[in-house]
Amino acid sequence: MSNLALPKPAASNTGLGAALRHARYILSDNAVTGFAFGLFVLIVLAALIGPYIVPYDPLASDTSVALKPPSWAHWFGTDQLGRDVFSRVIVATRLDFFIAIASVALVFLMGGLAGVAAGFFGGWTDRIVGRIADTIMAFPLFVLAMGIVAALGNTVENIILATAIVNFPLYARVARSEANIRRDAGFVQAARLSGNGEMRILLAQVLPNIMPIMMVQMSLTMGYAILNAAGLSFIGLGVRPPTAEWGIMVAEGAAFMVSGEWWIAFFPGIALMIAVFCFNLLGDGMRDIVDPQRRT
Amino acid sequence: MTEVVPLLDVQDLTVEFQTRRGVVRAVQHVNIMIGKGETLAIVGESGSGKSVTSYAVMRILDRAGRIAEGAVHFTGLDIRDASEDQMRSLRGREMSMIFQNPRAALNPIRKVGLQIEDVLSQHAQADGAALTDKAIEILDQVRIARPRERYHAYPFELSGGMCQRVVIALALACRPQLLIADEPTTGLDVTTQKTVMDLIVELTRERGMSTVLITHDLGLAATYCDRVVVMEKGHVVETAQSRAIFIAPEHPYTRKLMRATPRPGMALRDLLPEDVPAPVPQTPVTNGAVYDTPLLVVEKLVKEYPRKGISEGLGKLFRRGPSPEPEVFRAVDGISFTVNRGESVGLVGESGCGKSTTSTMVMRLIDKTDGTIMFDGENIGDIPAREFATLPLRKRIQMVFQDPTDSLNPRFTAVRAIADPILRLGTVKGRDAVRARCEELAHQVGLPLEFLDRFPHQLSGGQKARVGIARAIALNPDLVILDEPTAALDVSVQAVVLNLLQDLKESLGMSYLFVSHDLNVVQLLCDRVIVMRAGQIVEQGPTEQVLVAPQADYTRDLLAAIPHPTFDQSGH
Repeated sequence: MSNLALPKPAASNTGLGAALRHARYILSDNAVTGFAFGLFVLIVLAALIGPYIVPYDPLASDTSVALKPPSWAHWFGTDQLGRDVFSRVIVATRLDFFIAIASVALVFLMGGLAGVAAGFFGGWTDRIVGRIADTIMAFPLFVLAMGIVAALGNTVENIILATAIVNFPLYARVARSEANIRRDAGFVQAARLSGNGEMRILLAQVLPNIMPIMMVQMSLTMGYAILNAAGLSFIGLGVRPPTAEWGIMVAEGAAFMVSGEWWIAFFPGIALMIAVFCFNLLGDGMRDIVDPQRRT
Repeated sequence: MTEVVPLLDVQDLTVEFQTRRGVVRAVQHVNIMIGKGETLAIVGESGSGKSVTSYAVMRILDRAGRIAEGAVHFTGLDIRDASEDQMRSLRGREMSMIFQNPRAALNPIRKVGLQIEDVLSQHAQADGAALTDKAIEILDQVRIARPRERYHAYPFELSGGMCQRVVIALALACRPQLLIADEPTTGLDVTTQKTVMDLIVELTRERGMSTVLITHDLGLAATYCDRVVVMEKGHVVETAQSRAIFIAPEHPYTRKLMRATPRPGMALRDLLPEDVPAPVPQTPVTNGAVYDTPLLVVEKLVKEYPRKGISEGLGKLFRRGPSPEPEVFRAVDGISFTVNRGESVGLVGESGCGKSTTSTMVMRLIDKTDGTIMFDGENIGDIPAREFATLPLRKRIQMVFQDPTDSLNPRFTAVRAIADPILRLGTVKGRDAVRARCEELAHQVGLPLEFLDRFPHQLSGGQKARVGIARAIALNPDLVILDEPTAALDVSVQAVVLNLLQDLKESLGMSYLFVSHDLNVVQLLCDRVIVMRAGQIVEQGPTEQVLVAPQADYTRDLLAAIPHPTFDQSGH
């Protein structure tokens, strides 16, 4: 067997240590991913501990300092009610981030599983899932989201649901095509020979293999989900004032742009942009981290 | 034949690749010289650097690779220092390349005639009306029948052999001086391989071109080339005339390679290197032993597929005239055969002959259209494939797949893959017991235990094949279907794997149904051979008889197509 032996195996291939080593390699290999990951950590920190460290109460109004431009006391200035824009931008992170995560998780469960089943089983499952996706795609997505929130009511849960539904076709289609390729792969056939039922093959063999591409998809739609939630709030169909949320803040600030108080809309807009930017960049990095081909 | 100034002169070439584990030297200090009109073969197993050498000559190494040392001169021009512009005009016009997979080398959405025209106009060989005529002429030269019609064909409308001819046409369109053929016939049937290789050699000889044939097949190299360069791990280990290398190989590696290449009249043990003792004491040759208990009886088995495309749905509205072909396609057309207990039966045929369809039906992965499949007295053919997966009978019929990479889940470690059938159908329960059984199996198939926790991409081809075999025998099956288990492996690995399969069969008392296109491999392992063509059995009988005195013309064609160097090979 000497002719088949490889050089001695690396320290360990499993466990947390290896995962961290691998992540570090990916991050150092690709500066853009590293940067995006840094931003992501900042966003998560802001979401977790933001409300405890901000200098002002995001809801407390103080009309004596209303509409003040950025200064040392108020980094991002104040709005028409004298609330500190900086505090509000930071505090809003938690809500926006939560909406994005929850809607992406929900759409992954709905669209991902439906798509995998459609691609793997084909036939009627495929037709039904495909037609549902087509129907959703037939509407302008933002208008559909508006309709769902308007019909079901103006709550955070419904925003999450609406965002998930409009993203359903993207997930279903990606998962479907990925599962379809693997439907008759050697390892799937081998799993059948090993006595696995079709459902088990779907969940234990096929699904893990399409996770890399789904991760990329999730990261990309995170950005879209944040935009969608903010958009709904912007037109008044989302979170209600006075809650701190980027979309509402932009909507409120927009009225003051013409009179020169640009900071009210500008800073939440920037926060929104950074979040979307970060998630999109992260998508590529994610793919590399979860792809087993790159793990040597 | 060689002139004073060589056409291609590779001196002390070293190619490095930048990888995450540091710099890897894929090719080290290689010297190759090719004269005008000479055919040279570079032979080596995967990872020997034979392809990288040719990429360096064409300067088409990928971004991570670079020529670190040495020089490459082509008709006096220094390739290493040439500008990208110079290289672009050189590639295609002065030297061209044929790749391994002809379908991947052709643009799938462009007519083949236009693709040839692209090359011609790129290098200003012809223009205007002359272009089409020239392209048709070139198609004619590569022996494509009805070139005027085929000019308008898309690659998917042509067979693999036809596609490779188009690729050859592309490569030769501008009459280059040097042709590099990188495994041009891997993946083609033997009879197609023969016609393609004959064509390449004939065309290049006719035009006084030089050819570099990159291959893993020593027989092919020696049959078609003047000289052979043998490479191992980035080094050239031997350069000699084909005849010399075939009769008296000097380097130990060449000898090992020669031994491992299956040839008619060899025994399985002969494949292993001289210095490795057979793992089991030499058992008497099993050929000729009597097996009379039928295990698998297949009778009048039929598999039909509906013809897809225009005959379906909307297409019916647009179709003119009656359908030119029947509505169904018979992949397997009424075949009958028997596999006895403890017997190895070879199922041989070229691609599309229905051998894989037959094995998948016997495997109960797809349903038959007609006929019976009796396994140990039970009619398993009538059990729907979907239900069969979870029946206890499933344990008794297992399979080793063709592609060891494709058949292992990339996200499962080796031990998880081997444990899968044990967890689902096995009697062994408990985490430690399953692990122990996997280790026992790994030991049986000669897989070192430290590889059990690796992922498939961290294993070599041979190790992956062992994992696949361990998984197949995990439940002590009665019948194992081997679907070209060594087709994706290097010859030396193939030798070891074939011997392993033979040992396992003897120690576990299994029967094999060995599906293959390679008669030389089949004769090593099988007691009986079934030759299939176009869904039907053309010949079946004891291995000796079929190989030595074939009855059917088709079997004779198959045997004749296997490349044999014409010179005497008794020297070894």
